[in-house]
Amino acid sequence: MADETRSSESSSGGDRSDRGERRPSSRPGGPGGGREGGGGGGRKYFRRKKVCKFCVEKIEAINYKDIRLLAQFVAESGRIVPRRLTGVCTPHQRRLSLAIKQARNIALLPFAGRAA
Amino acid sequence: MNRTYELMFIVRPDMPEEEQDKLISTLENAVASSSGHVKSVERMGKRRLAYTVRKFHDGIYVLLTVEGGGGLIHELERRLRVTEPVIKFLTVRIDEEQKRLDKIKAIKDAKRKAAAPAPAAEAAGEAPAATA
Repeated sequence: MADETRSSESSSGGDRSDRGERRPSSRPGGPGGGREGGGGGGRKYFRRKKVCKFCVEKIEAINYKDIRLLAQFVAESGRIVPRRLTGVCTPHQRRLSLAIKQARNIALLPFAGRAA
Repeated sequence: MNRTYELMFIVRPDMPEEEQDKLISTLENAVASSSGHVKSVERMGKRRLAYTVRKFHDGIYVLLTVEGGGGLIHELERRLRVTEPVIKFLTVRIDEEQKRLDKIKAIKDAKRKAAAPAPAAEAAGEAPAATA
């Protein structure tokens, strides 16, 4: 009895700590590849308040020809980076995604993968 | 009926300069015959494509800004589709977006004028005179 409870406690505790450590380390390691994650202290990090780039810098025109601007919001894989990661506000994200899709159509941005 | 469109198209990279001129002038003629007018023609030059289109890795980009109705665009797109060297094209309507941007700009200007009182009033009085 005592053994069982102890083992289950320890295993569950082990699971938790594992999960806590694995997630942040596996994320950069997965897509980036070959990047060794730093050991401890991974759990405490400062989360800066994200702000919408377009609101802050007062960029009103989001054009499909402006690839430099659009490329900042396209991941390496070619996908549009979600709002929750970039902090772009909803109205701007709507315009941004439209512009990215137009740019894809005219072969300025890739649909998938790196620009080859 | 007067709408503004941006017509961007890509021609194959091995197309000679004279033929590009010919293509652009035929498009301009088509615009003129449909009672529209070409505001600007911009050759953006040879660029690398983000993905292969008809087995091409590069293409020559041309940007046409056209004013006219929807029928005109229909005709232009048809022409681009049947023109062999054109490998891709995209038409975007820009007048509404431009209107929105002008409105934002006007609001911004009005705010700037309101924020700066006496010295700006003189400058504001001079500015329209200078433009007119």
